[in-house]
Amino acid sequence: MSSTGNSGRALPGTGRALPWALVTPALGWTLLFFVLPFVAMGFSSLTAHEGGGFTLSNYSQFFTNPSYWQAMVNSLEVTAIVTLLSVLLAYPFALILAEQVPERWQRLALMLAVLPFWTSYVVRSYSWLLVLAQNGVINRALTGSGLITEPLQLANTRLATVTGFVHFFVMLLTLTIFANLKQLSPSYRKAAADLGAGPVRTFLHVILPLTLPGIMVGAFLTFVLCIGDYITPQILGGNNELLMPQLVMMQIGRRGDFPLASALSIILMAVVTIAYLACARWLKIERA
Amino acid sequence: MSVKSGNPLSILKLHLHAACAATALLLGVGSLAQAADLNALIWCDHSDPALLQPFEEANNVKVNVKEFEGTGAGLAIVEQSQPGDWDVMVIDSIDVPRGVEKGLFEPLPEDKLPFADLFPQVKMDGSTVVGGKRYGITEKFGYNTIGFNKTKVDPADMQSLASLTSDKYKGKVAIYDYYLPVIGMAALAIGKKTAELTEADLPALKEELLKMKANAKLVGEVTASQTALATGEVDILVGGGEWVTAGLAKENPALDFSIPKEGAVLWSQSLAMFKDSKNKDMALKFIQYIMSPEGQARLATSSCYWGMPANTKAALTDDQKKVLRFDEQPGFLARAQAYPAPNGDLNKKMQDMWTEMLQAK
Repeated sequence: MSSTGNSGRALPGTGRALPWALVTPALGWTLLFFVLPFVAMGFSSLTAHEGGGFTLSNYSQFFTNPSYWQAMVNSLEVTAIVTLLSVLLAYPFALILAEQVPERWQRLALMLAVLPFWTSYVVRSYSWLLVLAQNGVINRALTGSGLITEPLQLANTRLATVTGFVHFFVMLLTLTIFANLKQLSPSYRKAAADLGAGPVRTFLHVILPLTLPGIMVGAFLTFVLCIGDYITPQILGGNNELLMPQLVMMQIGRRGDFPLASALSIILMAVVTIAYLACARWLKIERA
Repeated sequence: MSVKSGNPLSILKLHLHAACAATALLLGVGSLAQAADLNALIWCDHSDPALLQPFEEANNVKVNVKEFEGTGAGLAIVEQSQPGDWDVMVIDSIDVPRGVEKGLFEPLPEDKLPFADLFPQVKMDGSTVVGGKRYGITEKFGYNTIGFNKTKVDPADMQSLASLTSDKYKGKVAIYDYYLPVIGMAALAIGKKTAELTEADLPALKEELLKMKANAKLVGEVTASQTALATGEVDILVGGGEWVTAGLAKENPALDFSIPKEGAVLWSQSLAMFKDSKNKDMALKFIQYIMSPEGQARLATSSCYWGMPANTKAALTDDQKKVLRFDEQPGFLARAQAYPAPNGDLNKKMQDMWTEMLQAK
């Protein structure tokens, strides 16, 4: 925002104060509920659990304990799979919604798309557990139809965790990509057609690149929400592997080891920051 | 946690703790603090209205409860509160000394509580008495042992911990996700006493845990493991006991538990009173109520989970006693061993070993 550009419209006497006054609540909120807790967490992560005092051991443990490191690997693998699957499923869905569904039905279709958001996250996860369980809908259908004789182990696996995540994030991505597609002017398609491009070429060389920012924003949101989620892997994964949020919670629950939990959280946040920087660079957000 | 005055990090941390505590009070605790109220840090079994309402009505008091799971989480809530915010706390009996070390608890008046009526083995003097003073009273107990569906497994097999690692039950087992009792069970399986575990035992314990994991379909906390057993997802719950099966007895009478020949791990929860409580008289009345025959019966059959009342005079019905196997308790207690109570360093190593087990493919 340019202060000189707005100065002509400012109320007499308000000058520079008004913009600051307007932004102060947001800054105060961020300071109180993000910066201060983050600083507290940072200091906690540098404190020994037993006896207090400065230590780096909470960080070194992450790099020296293979089980801790494995939690990060698991988190990254699950998050990558979920993000990729969600994008692959959401894009065609959003494209059909935006371009094939008549406008009068789009609102209803979008409402149906966001229905999963209306239910509690925990309830949704437990519902998936019932669907995927040994006596669940899928196994009953498969055994009933004679396709399998013994139930498959679907619940309490990574597959279950990924399924629960993808169900949620496909909706989120559909919304961001749909919004992006609706903003595209029909002139792009007409111009491409005038230049002799067919529907596939137009999609690959015009529509897809122009909707890439929407995809990346959605993918980044998926990445952030997925890598930090505790509920879904805890309910659906059956603790057959640990992800980072579970590892963090484990330190707190029984032993109350907040310093180690803080260090692990900051490492997780560093990974999210790296992902953001990667996305920002690709999307050229810094130019905005 | 001590704060060294010369350490700038500690000073900053002190200020941050104070700021966090003030914020927490402003945002959350403020709504529950009334002079006449009783503020209790509890496990879910104490939030049952059937347990609390009779006390509230008899004493014209509102019991404000805050549920937590795990001593670490409970003590963290206390640290982030102001002294005097809380009156009573439910805590693992073996963790009472942790609260005492932090200077949180008030000695309990033994002459005003029914210690003589408790099962002798669950008084847990080694944990609840510190420096000659009693800081906790055991209110409920049970066993981390083998919970199973007797229509799906051979009950005779459930008399030995070796069954948990046998191929016969591969993929039919769930493990309760709490490292101390299950490590205790692993210790019993390899012939060690839970009270005598040292760092030297960790490799053998790890091997046993990995064998259990290889047979397991899931490792779940209370709800997940209970659900898995109740819905038939698994047939055996390692670490299960009456706390899983008794509450479901009406709906699913096939669920049962055994105390195998190697023994079982005794869990025990205690009530403690906060030193800084502003309502100590009411706090004591609450503890007396919970320990009374009527309070004990209601606590034992709480909707969250059932467990054995510590008071032998608990006013349970015959059916409830049968489900809890009340009359068999002397024999069970004789074979049970206490939770492992490792010191800080060994505790951390045990939890890391548990993490390794969870990550094992």
